[in-house]
Amino acid sequence: MIANNQTKVSKDVANKKIVVVREFDAPLEQVWKAWTDKDILDQWWAPKPWKAKTKSMDFREGGTWLYSMVGPDGTESYCRADFKTIVEKVSYSGDDAFCDENGNITSDPPGMHWFCKFSSTGTGTKVEVEITFATEADMEKIIEMGFEEGFTAAHGNLDELLAK
Amino acid sequence: MTRDVFQAIADPTRRAILSLIALQAMTPTALAERFDSSRQAVSKHIKILTECQLVKQEQSGREIYYYFNSKKLKEVDKWLEPFRAMWEDRFTQLDTVLKNQKNKRS
Repeated sequence: MIANNQTKVSKDVANKKIVVVREFDAPLEQVWKAWTDKDILDQWWAPKPWKAKTKSMDFREGGTWLYSMVGPDGTESYCRADFKTIVEKVSYSGDDAFCDENGNITSDPPGMHWFCKFSSTGTGTKVEVEITFATEADMEKIIEMGFEEGFTAAHGNLDELLAK
Repeated sequence: MTRDVFQAIADPTRRAILSLIALQAMTPTALAERFDSSRQAVSKHIKILTECQLVKQEQSGREIYYYFNSKKLKEVDKWLEPFRAMWEDRFTQLDTVLKNQKNKRS
């Protein structure tokens, strides 16, 4: 019923969680690298027409990825991901927040906790991304705003992208 | 616990039930016949779908018929679609990156 490589999104209110699942036609090792290597991340992490630009990347437990989303007009919105747990080629987790260019957190839209899990499927690699909110209120807030707007605020003016 | 549309459609059997009754209203018996799982299991799924208003039931003579309430599902689309589209866009770019790496190697 569901075609391969379709992005599946589901919401789990009880656990204040949104889950995104997708398969990729590449071996686990390669997909893992694409999610954890700054040079590769910069090539795909930002949804069009934004571009991700890494300022610093320290992929280890306790380390931080500081990057910006560069808009078509050159405006940069900074984000930081603080890695909590890393199990090589299996999973990693961390907290995501919005910040200034020096990494000082400015998060007004609620921050989120990420858990990314990687597994081989035989033909490729499945990635599951769980995005957890601190409180149900945070999650409901984003829902009320409409995810559209939630992510506009979060990832810096995504409205253009979402409107198309 | 409040049942919620998103949880309801997360389950493949429930999605299959919805796609069946979207075509035509069905009685519990007719519906159960279409699935390998027990009638009890199917009615549990129906209960969940009813609680979140994706399925409505109507009495017609002796029989109960289940109807699909498409209005409710539209709410889901509206909410999830922009979010899904954003990720899909991101992932399409990743597909390209992975494909290019593969070509380079071979």
